[in-house]
Amino acid sequence: MCLAVPARVVSLDSEAESAVVELDGIQKDVSTVLLDRVDVGDYVLLHVGFALERIDPQEAENTLAMFAEMRAADA
Amino acid sequence: MKYLDEYRDGATARIMAEAIRAEADTGRTYRLMEFCGGHTHAIFRYGIQDLVPDNLCFVHGPGCPVCVLPAGRIEAAIRLAEGEDVILCTYADLMRVPAGKKDSLHKAKARGADIRMIYSATDALGIAQANPDRQVVFFAIGFETTTPPTAAVLKIARAMQLNNFSVYCNHVQTPPAMAHILDSGEAQIDGILGPSHVSTIIGSRAYADCSGRYAMPIVIAGFEPLDVLASTLMLLRQINQGRHAVENQYMRVVSETGNQKAQALMDETFEPRALFEWRGLGVLPNSAVQIRDGYSQFDAEKRFAMQGVDVAENKGCICPAVLRGVSRPDECRLFGTACTPEDPKGACMVSSEGACAAWYSYGRRSASAGTAMEARS
Amino acid sequence: MSHSMKGVVDMTHGSGGRAMARLIEEVFMRHLDNPLLAQRNDQAAFGVPAGRMVISTDAHVISPLFFPGGDIGSLSVHGTINDVCMSGAVPLYLSAAFILEEGLPLADLERIVKSMADAANAAGVPVVTGDTKVVEKGKADGVFITTTGVGMVPDGVNISGELATPGDAILISGSTGDHGMAVLSSREGLSFSTTLQSDSAALHTLVAAMLDVAPDIHCLRDPTRGGLATTLNELALQSGAGMLLDESAIPVKADVRGACELLGLDPLYVANEGKLICICPAADAAPLLAAMQAHPLGRGAAIIGRVVEDAQHLVQMETAFGGNRIVDWLAGEQLPRIC
Repeated sequence: MCLAVPARVVSLDSEAESAVVELDGIQKDVSTVLLDRVDVGDYVLLHVGFALERIDPQEAENTLAMFAEMRAADA
Repeated sequence: MKYLDEYRDGATARIMAEAIRAEADTGRTYRLMEFCGGHTHAIFRYGIQDLVPDNLCFVHGPGCPVCVLPAGRIEAAIRLAEGEDVILCTYADLMRVPAGKKDSLHKAKARGADIRMIYSATDALGIAQANPDRQVVFFAIGFETTTPPTAAVLKIARAMQLNNFSVYCNHVQTPPAMAHILDSGEAQIDGILGPSHVSTIIGSRAYADCSGRYAMPIVIAGFEPLDVLASTLMLLRQINQGRHAVENQYMRVVSETGNQKAQALMDETFEPRALFEWRGLGVLPNSAVQIRDGYSQFDAEKRFAMQGVDVAENKGCICPAVLRGVSRPDECRLFGTACTPEDPKGACMVSSEGACAAWYSYGRRSASAGTAMEARS
Repeated sequence: MSHSMKGVVDMTHGSGGRAMARLIEEVFMRHLDNPLLAQRNDQAAFGVPAGRMVISTDAHVISPLFFPGGDIGSLSVHGTINDVCMSGAVPLYLSAAFILEEGLPLADLERIVKSMADAANAAGVPVVTGDTKVVEKGKADGVFITTTGVGMVPDGVNISGELATPGDAILISGSTGDHGMAVLSSREGLSFSTTLQSDSAALHTLVAAMLDVAPDIHCLRDPTRGGLATTLNELALQSGAGMLLDESAIPVKADVRGACELLGLDPLYVANEGKLICICPAADAAPLLAAMQAHPLGRGAAIIGRVVEDAQHLVQMETAFGGNRIVDWLAGEQLPRIC
């Protein structure tokens, strides 16, 4: 029900609990108040101007690997 | 686009579709409910329906916060905007949803009500600060993905001691609605594709009860089409193997416990609401939240003594049945003729995630729809 | 930039008296300067070659008035030149009527008029007559501009929306969605920053280059409000045919795609102000594409689909994902969504 998009953290303002994120050349200010920790370079899921969660790069890779496994199994 | 394009690859989709085809038992049908409206949208936008075998169908669930918001709640907001001269801030999704008497926020705005579309809850705060002599009300809707941002904004408002800002809270909860659907059994579903982003907040453990109590396979599915296909395969396997469990396909952002900071923020500002009416599902207990005592000065329902408004649905509109997964959009006699995205009779046709809108825009239209278009010209 | 005008538009500027005359001289006449306008009549008289004449008019009410890559001034010139040349006509002259809101800064007005003048000069299509009115504060959004254009259709050219025929190729002159997203980025509240510029441009020389190569083009239209999807649906309806598009062939800039993802918008429905759709016999597609790509305004041109038989005249699309979807009419304005 909820449109959320992945974007890369470009800069942080920990005092203001906000960050600038980037998606394909578009930059946006978002709130990081819902995150425990976040670093520049992380990818976060954005929803209504808030970062909801960090995207785990390892798990993302695992998911793609799982898709690739299906590909190999078929071939 | 990183973390998007890779999950939209067509070649991989075809291979997954083959795997689904290979493992689907031709001797039975599979009815899988995608709970979340965003998944409904994705299924149609990417033509996933066409990729899966004919004996597998997606049953659309009520996970569309715009669709399940009772018309009376919108009507109450319109009355507030017009009667009390407040600045009403709303997400754009609500603007064209039919309220009572063929009305909508969009039409009320055209009549002169100060209704403003915002893109983030924090925008409403900004409007309140910029207009200190006006009352500003934020029309908050959404499932658990959207509730934490409202919670954050309430906290900021209290810290700022903003006295012209309040929230009209319509936040609802996923597990109770899911339990209600499963309890009635009328949708006759074999498995559930769980919502992506709600799960990011509440965690996969939130569905354990539903899965256990109703012996229902649940797979938390990512938002992109390959995620949906992979999750469909995972559900198929559970069903074929006679298992039922909560599995998490969206591992890159969903954990078992969810986002605990967001949960704490919600607990701080909201509490369970004993009863709440859901369009299509009726009045459900403990299925929604209201603003807690410590923040009651920001509760618009209290500040403006908002009364409940009863609004009758349009005759012939079967949104309730569609939301419960009992009927398909094209089974509604208004579909594509009297009810179109330009002139919607029910919320399911307006919301971009509504099953009827998705059905209409992306692919399944009855022949009469084509005639209606010609008649219009 | 020359001296910036001070002050704002007030009701006396519209009253027909000395203040109005001075405004017309110092702002409109000064920048839009051309021989016909300089005659200072209430009308402009000119001869035209024999043949079919085209006239088109458009009101421009865009907000904000200034956006990355353009403003209401240049838009009003480009927009009407484009409407004229979509018939294949060579645009000749423009008229411009201004409705000014009381309180509009004169510096803004001058900037807008100068922008119109620059656009008209670059296109070689002068604004030869005009009108100015002033309305009370609140009755206009800064300024409304209506431009009307006239042109002549060359012999043998017959371009019209009902001529799309099954088998025809569908081409677009470049990336879609640039203008709409550039304007959206400058609207308050969305707070996203981008280097996206509007693609606002006059397309008449591109059209001329295309007609040189393929005089029997069937349809031309610029996909403005409602985007590519709306324009194709209009043409499908007019022609009584269907269309089949190839999603992966439709050019969309990376940052347009990103901005659309962020807001939950579909680039197919986002406005363009410097692009055209061309429907032509299949045999003309390759030479037309080459001619377009050789022109500065057509570098990103692509063949994006074909016209098919369809009693329901639906516009369908093979998705990059491998499925098929209907690209329907827009229901009202496309709004950003959270769900």
